[in-house]
Amino acid sequence: MPRLVSHPDEVKIISRRFGQGAEKIDRYIELGGYESVKKCLAQTPDWIINEMKASNLRGRGGAGFSTGMKWSFVPKQSAKPKYVLVNGDESEPGTCKDHLIFLHDPHSVIEGTIIAGLAIGAKLGFIYLRGEYRYLLRIVEKAVADAYERGFLGKGIFGTQADFDIITQTGAGAYEVGEESALMESLEGKRGIPRIKPPFPAVVGLYGGPTIINNAETIATVPHIFAMGAEAYSAVGTPRNGGTRLFCLSGHVERPGVYELPMGYNLKKMIYEVGGGIRGGRKLKAVVPGGSSTPVLLPEEIENLGMDFDQVGKAGSMLGSGGVVVIDDQTCIVEFALRTISFYQHESCGWCIPCREGTDWLKKSLKRFHAGFGTASDIDNIRYLAENMLGRTFCPLGDAAAMPTAAFVKKFRKEFEDHLDGKPCPYAKEGVPQLTVV
Amino acid sequence: MSPKNMKEEPLTIFSPQLSARFDALVQKYPVKRSALIPMLLYAQDEVGYLSDAVVADVARRIGITELDVRSVASYYSMLRFKPAGKYNIQVCTNICCMLRGGYELFDRFREELGVEHKGITPDGLFSLEEVECIGACSWAPAIQVNYDFHDELDPDRVPGILDSYRSQAKAEGEAHA
Repeated sequence: MPRLVSHPDEVKIISRRFGQGAEKIDRYIELGGYESVKKCLAQTPDWIINEMKASNLRGRGGAGFSTGMKWSFVPKQSAKPKYVLVNGDESEPGTCKDHLIFLHDPHSVIEGTIIAGLAIGAKLGFIYLRGEYRYLLRIVEKAVADAYERGFLGKGIFGTQADFDIITQTGAGAYEVGEESALMESLEGKRGIPRIKPPFPAVVGLYGGPTIINNAETIATVPHIFAMGAEAYSAVGTPRNGGTRLFCLSGHVERPGVYELPMGYNLKKMIYEVGGGIRGGRKLKAVVPGGSSTPVLLPEEIENLGMDFDQVGKAGSMLGSGGVVVIDDQTCIVEFALRTISFYQHESCGWCIPCREGTDWLKKSLKRFHAGFGTASDIDNIRYLAENMLGRTFCPLGDAAAMPTAAFVKKFRKEFEDHLDGKPCPYAKEGVPQLTVV
Repeated sequence: MSPKNMKEEPLTIFSPQLSARFDALVQKYPVKRSALIPMLLYAQDEVGYLSDAVVADVARRIGITELDVRSVASYYSMLRFKPAGKYNIQVCTNICCMLRGGYELFDRFREELGVEHKGITPDGLFSLEEVECIGACSWAPAIQVNYDFHDELDPDRVPGILDSYRSQAKAEGEAHA
C-alpha cells in the first residue's frame, strides 16, 4: 500500500480526503462530497465554464492548458453525442498521483466527471485507468456502482431531469495511450496510435463526437473548485496558475512521497525541506522537474524556481505531470539518459518515423556510449538526432523523448566526455551490475 | 444436442461467469468494439495467455476478424501470446526505481529464481519480467506480482516475497485436492 506522507507546508485540497475512508460513498458525502455537483445542477453550463476559467486550473496531465478554455471549445449544438473522457492512464515515469486519487478518493473523479458533462452537455463519461491499476479499477468500479445505487448516476440524477452515465475502462499496458488521441483509439478498441490534429477532440473526438479529455487529477480537482469558490481556489496558486497540485517527489530524497503544494512552490524548498534533502547527506546533481519527458535542471537553476507552468517554462523545462525526480551526485547522467531513452524507445508506437527511428538510434548510441565505445562525434550526433525529432511527429511522444536527451547532452557534456576513449563509467560501483536495458 | 440448440448457444472456452461478463460488456458501449481490450485482458486473466482459442472466441463475440484481434493485442505490453508463470513478477527498473535500487532488486529475483527477463521457472510457478514504470515512483523500488503491488523494497525482501507466494500456491493446491 502506498505510504501517505505529510508536511506542514502542504495545502490539502485534492488530498484532503486521503486516508479518511472516502472511497466509501457515505464517508465521501459526510466529508462534503457530491455538494458541488448539486450546486452545478442548479446553474447553466456557461456559469460552470466561466467558474472553471476563473479558477485558473490548468491541465494536470502535462500540457498545462486552461481547463475552462478546453471545455468552452466544445460546440453547444452537435448532431453526434458528446463525451467526457477521464485520462487515468498515468504512465509518465515519475508520476504516481492519480494512483492515490483512485485509491483514496474515487468519488471525486466521478463527481468531477458529472460536472464536466453538465458543462459541455454530455450524457456519458468514461474513466480510463491503465491496465496495471487493476486493484484501483475495482475501487473505482465499486464507487461507480454505489453512485448508481444512490441515483447520482443514471436517469434523472439527484432527482433532476439530467441523465448521466459513467463507464470504467481498463488499458492493457501502453504509455502512448496517455496521449489524448491515442487514448480515444484505445477506447474504440484499436491500437493506440495518435490521430492527426486538427480536428481537435473537442470538435471530433470519441466515436466522432465532441469530446473533452482531462487528466484524472484535473477532474478530481473540479468539485473542490466549486466547493471553495473559483476565486479562492485560484488565489492559492500564482497568477494564471490556480490552486495546488500533487507533486510526486521521488529519487534520492530522504522522504519521497506525493505532497500537495501550492502552484509556484519553490523547487529547492520542495527538495530540501519537504523532501528532507538528499539521501545519505549527498549533494544534489540534477532534478527532472515534471516527469521523465521534461528537460533536466541543474542545482543552480532551481535556486529561485517556483513550480508553476510559466516559471518552469521560462527556466527551459516544463512542469509536466508533477513528477519531481531528484538525482544525487553519485549518479551517472549518461546511464540515466540511457534508461530514459530506453523507455521511450520501448513505448514508441512506431507510427511516425522520426520517433520510431529516432528513439531507436538514440538508445543504440547512448548504450554504446555508456559502454565506453563512443566517439567524440557521437556527442553532437546524439544532440543533433534529438533536436531533429522535435516537432516532427503527430503526438508529443517524439518531443518527450527528444527534449530530455538534448538537455542531458547540453548540460552534462563533460560527463559524456568522461566516457570517451574506452574509459569505464566513472560512476560504476564495485559489485553493482552494469545497466541492462529492457 | 440438436443442431438448433447449437446455433443458439455458441461454444465458448470461457467459464460461465466470464462468458456472462462478456455478454454484458459488449452491450455496454456505444460501439461494441470498445469492449475488445478489457475482454482480452480478462480472458488472459482466466486462461493465462491469448491462445488461438481465446483470440477466435473474442473475435466472434465482437464480430471482427482474428487478424484484427491479434493486430490490436500485439500493441499492448500486458497482453501475451505465450503462457507466463502462475505468479508473474514484474520488476520496474525505470528511472525512479533505478535510482533506488530497481536493478539490484531485479538481479536478486534473477538469482533466486534462476531465470532471466521473460523466463519461467521449471515448475511454472513464477515468471520474471523487467517492466517500465508502474506508477509507484514515490514508493520505489516497486514491483507487481500479477496485479499486486509491493513497494519500498530492498533485495533482502525478495526471498520472503517468493515464499509467501509459494505458500499461497500450496494452500490453493490443498484446497483443490
